[in-house]
Amino acid sequence: MTATQPTAAPGAEAGETPGVTGPVASGGRKAQGDVRETLYFALRNPKVLIGLVVVLGFLLLGLLGPLFLRHAPMDYAGPPMAPPSADFPFGTTTFGQDVFAQFVAGLRSTFLVGLLGGGVAAVIGMTIGFVAGYRGGLIDELLNMLTNVVLVIPGFVVLIIINAYLGVRSVPMQALYIGIFTWPWVARAVRSQTLSLRSRDFIDLARLSGVGVGTILRREVAPNMYSYLFMTFVLLFGGSILTAASLDFIGLGPTNAMSLGLMMNQAVQWSALHLGLWWWFIPPGLGITLIVGSLYIMNVGLDEVFNPKLREM
Amino acid sequence: MRGYLARKTLVYGLTFVVAVTLNWLIPRLMPGDPVQRMVARAAVQHPETIASMTDYYERTFGLDLPVWQQYLNYWAALFRGDLGTSVWLFPAPVSQVVLDAVPYTLGIMIPAILLSWVVGNSVGAMAARSRWLDNVALPIGYLITAMPYMWLAILLAWGFGVALGWFPVAGGYDFGLVPQWSWSFALDLLQHWVLPFLSLFLVALGGWAIGMRNLIIYELESDYSNYLAALGAPKRLIRKYAFRNAMLPQITGLALQLGTILGGALVTEIVFAYPGLGRLVLSAIQNQDFFLLQGTLLFVVIGVLLANFVIDIVYVLVDPRTRTGLTGATA
Repeated sequence: MTATQPTAAPGAEAGETPGVTGPVASGGRKAQGDVRETLYFALRNPKVLIGLVVVLGFLLLGLLGPLFLRHAPMDYAGPPMAPPSADFPFGTTTFGQDVFAQFVAGLRSTFLVGLLGGGVAAVIGMTIGFVAGYRGGLIDELLNMLTNVVLVIPGFVVLIIINAYLGVRSVPMQALYIGIFTWPWVARAVRSQTLSLRSRDFIDLARLSGVGVGTILRREVAPNMYSYLFMTFVLLFGGSILTAASLDFIGLGPTNAMSLGLMMNQAVQWSALHLGLWWWFIPPGLGITLIVGSLYIMNVGLDEVFNPKLREM
Repeated sequence: MRGYLARKTLVYGLTFVVAVTLNWLIPRLMPGDPVQRMVARAAVQHPETIASMTDYYERTFGLDLPVWQQYLNYWAALFRGDLGTSVWLFPAPVSQVVLDAVPYTLGIMIPAILLSWVVGNSVGAMAARSRWLDNVALPIGYLITAMPYMWLAILLAWGFGVALGWFPVAGGYDFGLVPQWSWSFALDLLQHWVLPFLSLFLVALGGWAIGMRNLIIYELESDYSNYLAALGAPKRLIRKYAFRNAMLPQITGLALQLGTILGGALVTEIVFAYPGLGRLVLSAIQNQDFFLLQGTLLFVVIGVLLANFVIDIVYVLVDPRTRTGLTGATA
């Protein structure tokens, strides 16, 4: 649904070749050692570190920032159109609103929409992918058809219709709608990986022991692709943020919250471009770019951590 | 091959039905009664007037019929090409308004998509396994893909338009000109086209380059590459094979990306007040012109489906496995 796909789709394709994204059948039992080893390599990978620091930095700013602010985001707090100064680090809007206060509040919505939107999409996509891949047969056919249909529908367009008619009052609501239309590529990728795992010996053994499908999926199939699932979630997280920003920019965002997309919407609407108020429209876009870009770069690093073949590069 | 295309056609047919149904259904899920709202807006007090107005609106929109009949009527009107009448540009029919805007959107989208795909793929292929280029191109590529489309558009409009004054920043052509077949008008059109095109092109470029780079690396690790290397084949040859194999997922990716790029085109047009579908969507929302909004979006859905179909046919031409009935692409 968003710019994640060129990076994600090849991963999905590659997932069909066993060993590429690395579901290794032998794993899963020595979980604790694995976690420690993963952390060891993750914390020594510059891409993961840089990405993590930037994302966590913005998260902290969003969480703690409002505690130190004197103005609410929409208050007419200072002189109009003031450039950045000690009082207003990001300057003020044409109405004298504090851009920094808006930015900090917008960061909160950005993280919330990423977390919830990515979460909803991940849950739907993984559930459908696991079930379709593991059960096979008619269920697989039906779920596959559903996946393909949602995949082809331009989700952004449907989101516009939904938001225009039904209205979106809150960020979680927006995140839910975004999640509903961004899961298909996850379902596809998870399905193909599950397919390749299904016929392995340890799955047969689990089936012989008589445990249910849900347990097999949870305890035997999923642990072998934890790394892949985590990276998928990171991509969905970034994707939701970008989609939400576009919707907010069109003016279809949540009505009760400030967001980075809404800041850009207002900046363009009140001709900040022509008035040269660069401090109004640069921070929100830069914030999104840095957060999402760091997530992507972190993902490349994680790929190297999880897939030793790429490490020497 | 026939099985492959038949399967694809089935999926697209089904998608079309689902999209049209959603388009019909969602407005009917709207909280509150739209007819009541329209009557309320007229601010009449007389109960008889209210009753007759309600009646009139319900008949006009066919809301007095049973739901299934409303649904069938919707389809019938659709096949007649009747998308209703625009409220904003009354009394222009929606289909005409949309058709006038389509060339502008296609004009920036098609060159942006094709060029970014070609350039991105070659940059990505070059960057793979070349340490120097990779270290430069990869972070830049990721940052560009992470940019919200409208932000890059805003930056370009501000930098090249307002600050440097090289290009106009609003409209599809100068407001003082009348559309006509002349060189001066064509030149003006081109000047207005550059920035929207460029911002769409740049954001899409990063994604393709990164995708290609990753794919080439995977391909170079695969058995056939190692085997070729062991036979002593020159590096160039191995890379050529890797490139050709890596193209296939990129073609599939093109189909997957269409919706995203389209969303990007819509917001880019809004930044530049470009007279394409994006501006129609915005105007329709601002003016509560729901016929226009739905008509535009329906058009977009049809366009995306057609483009997907074209890409599938290209895929058949490029990947021989789909022709012989082996499973090349996942249907």
